[in-house]
Amino acid sequence: MEVNQEVIAHLAELSNFALTEAESAHLVTDLNGIINYISQLDELNTDHVEPTYQVFEMENIWRDDEILPQEADPDQLLALTKAVEGHQIKVPKVL
Amino acid sequence: MKTASKEITAMSLVKAALEKAHQHQDEYHIFTFLNDANAIKKAAEIDEKIKNGQPVGRLAGVPYALKDNFLSPEGETTASAHILEGFTSPITATAVKKLEEEGAIMIGRTNLDAFAHGSSTENSYFGPTKNSKDLTRVAGGSSGGSAVAVALDIVEFATGTDTGGSIRQPASFNGVYGLKPTYGTVSRYGVVAMASSTDCVGFFAKDPADLDLLMQITSGQDANDLTTLPDFYNSDTSGFDDPVKKIGIVKDFDNDAVAPAVRKALQDKIAELKANGHEIVELSMPALKYALAAYYIIVPAEVASNLSRHDGIRYGFRSEDAGSLQDLYGHTRNEGFMPENKRRIMIGNFVLSSGFYDAYYLKAAKARTLIIEEYDQAFEKCDFILTPVSPNPAFKLGEKVDDPVAMYLEDMMSVSLNLAGVPGLAIPVGQTEDGLDLGLQLVGPRRSDAALLKFAAEMGRQSSSGSTADDADIMGGND
Repeated sequence: MEVNQEVIAHLAELSNFALTEAESAHLVTDLNGIINYISQLDELNTDHVEPTYQVFEMENIWRDDEILPQEADPDQLLALTKAVEGHQIKVPKVL
Repeated sequence: MKTASKEITAMSLVKAALEKAHQHQDEYHIFTFLNDANAIKKAAEIDEKIKNGQPVGRLAGVPYALKDNFLSPEGETTASAHILEGFTSPITATAVKKLEEEGAIMIGRTNLDAFAHGSSTENSYFGPTKNSKDLTRVAGGSSGGSAVAVALDIVEFATGTDTGGSIRQPASFNGVYGLKPTYGTVSRYGVVAMASSTDCVGFFAKDPADLDLLMQITSGQDANDLTTLPDFYNSDTSGFDDPVKKIGIVKDFDNDAVAPAVRKALQDKIAELKANGHEIVELSMPALKYALAAYYIIVPAEVASNLSRHDGIRYGFRSEDAGSLQDLYGHTRNEGFMPENKRRIMIGNFVLSSGFYDAYYLKAAKARTLIIEEYDQAFEKCDFILTPVSPNPAFKLGEKVDDPVAMYLEDMMSVSLNLAGVPGLAIPVGQTEDGLDLGLQLVGPRRSDAALLKFAAEMGRQSSSGSTADDADIMGGND
């Protein structure tokens, strides 16, 4: 797999990065190096092997659908953002 | 650990720690924040309690350093990343709460590679931390600030997180103990997420007995972190107490990629273990060779997902340079993340993309199964495994920072533990001819953390016996 400018542009879109041209050029080199390294996994025979996503078997832990006391109240959370209007977070236009 | 009492005040402990911290800060760049006012206030409160005969905790007045990816309202939690600058958390991490309930006092937040992505702290937005023995060399990473804070005796313990070696490697680069517990032992609630299936909270200290106390205090199931295991940590390891241990040596790691000084340190320790009556078992673990490749697929995939929350909307840095919402995301994330963060996020999105998922992500998840099976089989033949932590002692600042693969190779012997969820302890084993610290890691089966610490303490005693046979407090022999 060869990473080119087109692949970088696609990954930047998936990642929400407004990359500069210089960064994109650098990332072509970096990502090719990394992908070349990780591709050595091809050598490993994994036929009939089940994948592992978590090291311990885990089950959902259920609780009653009740609102529990929280550490932070809405005003504290709103204080963390840059722009608030009428108790809501303000963002630039969406469309 | 030295705790506050009627004879030694919390104020004297805290002031001494803060003084040292300020004294070393300019030279080593250990902290992202120093907590003078809060720490002094808390010390006074503890001294007042002691004066009035009220009960105080097991860590009463003990100053500690907090890796800057643990949330608490004291100082900004930045994870050494521009995108979190200005973020003061309204919530407190479970581990921090438990430490402070016992009277521990945070004197500063320590520097790390931004979002814990790295092996040198050079990826910190605020600049690198310097090695405790050589200012031209890296502290290791990602928890470099915490390791140096303990190595320079500023504090007796510091917190860390270990996703692929971020506690053990800086511990070995600075001659201190560093514990990465079994996955799920200490709650990750309130810790900035990196890779959820491998992230572990752990500690740095100069004595395994201190790490044991910290584990007694911080381990345990937490309703706020559903990946925490049911309580199991127990310092009483009497079931594990056959004095003769079988120590596994991974022959696949004994190759030219490992520096001669590191190989010699391992050989010396093996000879010492044999001389003390322990049995050495040679292990073949061929899948470990692929652990690094699997790690640098699985972890970026989880990183890409976890770091998508940093969008400039709800907290932290927000770019001014944005006309639309999409622009705001793009510019905030591009300006807010470090180059290594971006590489990992993009690799993560690459390996998860349709067309590449099976070849990379699924393949790595299967490799992970084989790695786990190798560890399970190894621990049928031995009690613990001893390997180097990393292939080299501390390298020069700037030496690897522009070559991501060269930097990743530093993690070749540490990442497999995280993929398998097994505990590992970095132990100091002396120095190179140039005075650089050397460390080895002792690896145990899942949930063997307490036994691991106990055996490390035993190794320390046996190592220092001879010249200081009567002094059971001397651990490791090189501090």
